[in-house]
Amino acid sequence: MILEVDKLQIHYSTRDGTARAVDGASFTVPEGRIVGLVGESGCGKTTAVRAIMGVLAENGRQAGGRVVFKGQAMDEATTRKLRWRDIAYVPQSAMSSLDPVYTVGAQLVEVMTKRGNHSRASARARSVELFDLVGLNERRLADYPHQFSGGMRQRAAIAMALALEPSLLLADEPVTALDVIVQRQILDVLRSLQQRLHLSMVLVTHDISVVAYLCDEVVVMYAGQVVESGPVRDVLARPRHPYTMGLRNAFPDLLSDALELVPIAGSPPDLREPLSGCRFVPRCPFAQPICGIDAAMSGNGDHRSACRRDSEADTLRTAALDPRTWQRSSSFAMS
Amino acid sequence: MAERADPVTPARTSWPLLPVLRRIVAMPLKDPFAFTGILIYVLFALVALFADQLAPIDPMEILFTKAGKLAANVPPGAEFPLGTTNLGRDIYAQLVYGTRSALAVGLSAAIIVSTVGTIVGLVAGYFGGATDAVLMRIADMALSLPFLPFVIVLTGFLGASTSNIVLAVALLLWPNSARVIRSQVLTLRERAYVEAARVTGASAWRILFVHIAPNILPLSFVYAAIAIGWAIITEASVSFLGFGDSGSVSWGMMLQDAFASQALSRGQYAWFVPPGICIVLIVVAGFFISRGYEEVFMPRLRGR
Amino acid sequence: MAALVELRDVVKHFPVTRSLGEIARGAHPAVRALDGVTFDVGNGDAVAVVGESGCGKTTLGRLMLKLAEPTGGAITFGGAPMAGLTGERLRDFRRQAQLVFQNPFDALNPRFTIYRAVVEPLINAGIDKAEHADRVASAFRRVHLADFDRYFDRYPHQLSGGQLQRVVMARALVLGPRFLVADEPVSMLDVSVRAGILALLREVRETMGLTAVYISHDLALVRYLCERTLVMYLGRVVEDAPTEEIVRRPRHPYTKALVAAVPVPDPDQSRAPLPIKGNVPDAREPPSGCSFRDRCPHAMPRCAAETPLLRSTASGHRVACHLD
Repeated sequence: MILEVDKLQIHYSTRDGTARAVDGASFTVPEGRIVGLVGESGCGKTTAVRAIMGVLAENGRQAGGRVVFKGQAMDEATTRKLRWRDIAYVPQSAMSSLDPVYTVGAQLVEVMTKRGNHSRASARARSVELFDLVGLNERRLADYPHQFSGGMRQRAAIAMALALEPSLLLADEPVTALDVIVQRQILDVLRSLQQRLHLSMVLVTHDISVVAYLCDEVVVMYAGQVVESGPVRDVLARPRHPYTMGLRNAFPDLLSDALELVPIAGSPPDLREPLSGCRFVPRCPFAQPICGIDAAMSGNGDHRSACRRDSEADTLRTAALDPRTWQRSSSFAMS
Repeated sequence: MAERADPVTPARTSWPLLPVLRRIVAMPLKDPFAFTGILIYVLFALVALFADQLAPIDPMEILFTKAGKLAANVPPGAEFPLGTTNLGRDIYAQLVYGTRSALAVGLSAAIIVSTVGTIVGLVAGYFGGATDAVLMRIADMALSLPFLPFVIVLTGFLGASTSNIVLAVALLLWPNSARVIRSQVLTLRERAYVEAARVTGASAWRILFVHIAPNILPLSFVYAAIAIGWAIITEASVSFLGFGDSGSVSWGMMLQDAFASQALSRGQYAWFVPPGICIVLIVVAGFFISRGYEEVFMPRLRGR
Repeated sequence: MAALVELRDVVKHFPVTRSLGEIARGAHPAVRALDGVTFDVGNGDAVAVVGESGCGKTTLGRLMLKLAEPTGGAITFGGAPMAGLTGERLRDFRRQAQLVFQNPFDALNPRFTIYRAVVEPLINAGIDKAEHADRVASAFRRVHLADFDRYFDRYPHQLSGGQLQRVVMARALVLGPRFLVADEPVSMLDVSVRAGILALLREVRETMGLTAVYISHDLALVRYLCERTLVMYLGRVVEDAPTEEIVRRPRHPYTKALVAAVPVPDPDQSRAPLPIKGNVPDAREPPSGCSFRDRCPHAMPRCAAETPLLRSTASGHRVACHLD
């Protein structure tokens, strides 16, 4: 495992109380694999990744748990050293975070000479390599960011992240703002990076179709916790947590014959309130009193789920395929 | 959940301005500088209101000692708290009545500047095109005029009265607020809810006054606060240079008088230091207030 | 069935600031957002306009609602040309044609209460005040926001994205329009909320007999809403067919690439390279002839010389391609 996140807790202090943005999340990233961190807004996926990188907002802090990278527990000091060198981060706004007054090539060289120990000559040579890795023409090194299209800027941002040969790449919604054809091209670039460089990746996204296309493993988050994790094939074909089942129903599939999209009623809980038990209860059609207890993830092998009714997963999954299941909440949830 | 038989119509369809007004009132409570500024203004306002009670002497009246001689340059004492001028006038009374002039100048300039600036900014920003081009070129011309010389020249033409000074100040200050408001309008014009207003059939004027103006008014307020300080100090400068309204009492006029009768070399500090301090206080107060509101209404300026 | 909205050779250019060289040469570069669009929207139809950013779909939506004027060509609504609409007839149009916005957080004035926002179209249309409460209530009921007092006195920032979008729809429906344009109505909403809004759009269209145009970049979503889809590229319609045909048997090379590029929730989906090259060209200088030719795997010399016209191939299927 190149990265292990163990019962991570990240708290934000806000005017209205402490928001537990990440509340006991655990997941692992095997070496050379792409792990998708998927969930809706507010589930904590971006916060978790920013915590790993050590770039939380001013009012955020790690309140518990630990992050282990290459067998070494990470604290403030080690994160700073590893940042940009061994762990690279492509934030959500990477496309617009390129400095408009310098050429892209100049920015690449600067990263390599200032943060790495490249000479200008070797940095320039490596810039050409990096552009090749991300599929950009080396003549564009002399261009300014505004001369790049959105997709090209994203590739440039990825190139910058790779400049110092990291072993782990954290990408936050790298394709969300892009058109579908460009999106596909970027996803293919990321895949080729995995293959050519044996690069491990964590891809944060809200789109399970992107996860299905690119990722080997998936971690599903809800309200600050991990609700399901495992190999992509298993989790998408045989989800074991009702939230994943609901999410699956909510995504349109261009190729399927089914023409029904089923919403999950309600909305995620307020993370400033103290919560116990399963967070999904108010929206879960299968909630029962047993769901009120705090419990660890269960499951055999790689495919794990936080659902307290995991032993009945197959039955629940069949019921979840029926849209009518989602139209009424369980009686426990209503109480 | 059962549906209700008939809907609850809200007792009031809320006026979009109320939250803005609430913020206007709440701000000084959080910012100590702005609070001090407001306090100073309130003090001066009270002085201006109760000038008759605070200084029951006519500030322009030439006074005589009990012995019948001119009470010129009397040092501060029990009878004349700040002494008298070289013409026998009570300095303290002049200071007190000068407050009225200062506040009148400041407030009228502020009202004119913010009204004109807001209207021009709204119209230029929303309607664009030729209207915008013409209005902005006029604004540019006004901005390129040197401040004090223009005021002096204008009062020279129109007559040296306080209202002409206010007019001159307003003519030069409105472009600042107009330009900032115009750029804010340009941004707001593109917002989805403004487009929504167009799609749902609102007329241009309705959009301007109902949707855009409430978002602009805080800026008008900020520029009004800035204008007060500018107007007062301009009036003081103009009066000091001798081009002011000789009929009315103002702090600038006091400074001019003091200068002309060489109060400094005679060491008659009680004559020119108090008006100087008052000018500084009121301008700084205006600055603090406008800075406080700037932080609230234009939060990008907040340090990050 | 008569068409409700007709577009004939609609063109929209946006002038671009000229460099000195261009001024000297007398050149007038412009972004050709729409470059000759012709199609009909029948009464009661639901049509999707899909394409990537820069294809002109948003501009098209705005022209159809008279939020902007075409540079060339003509649009008619209900048989009457939109060009001359002013005064009372314009207000009448505004009552009949409405818009659902992309960003629910921005589509409502943050200083208005929810009630005030939804009552606004009634005020603008001069509807008698006595009717306001009822009409707002029925609009809210249509979008399934039945417990009114939870919403009427609230402000937009107190509502979630899904609730806001329902309010936006209530506002659009309160005057009982005939024609609805929805511009990316769910793209800014969370996934689990989207399905609800899409279902609502479908339901409302049926119960009110609306004619609808949905603008989206997401082919997968559009499939749930519309029987017919137009695919746009660089300001032109390249394919116009029933949605199922577009998805299963696309004929235009761009549509084929678009369909192949959409990811699905299936881990075993195809990862074959897309049948498309390069990037979207500069909108100010599109290629001559067929604007897609520099990215098309099947480009022929004819494609550079001659712009393909939108022609019918099968019933209800039109393609603009020389290959057909």
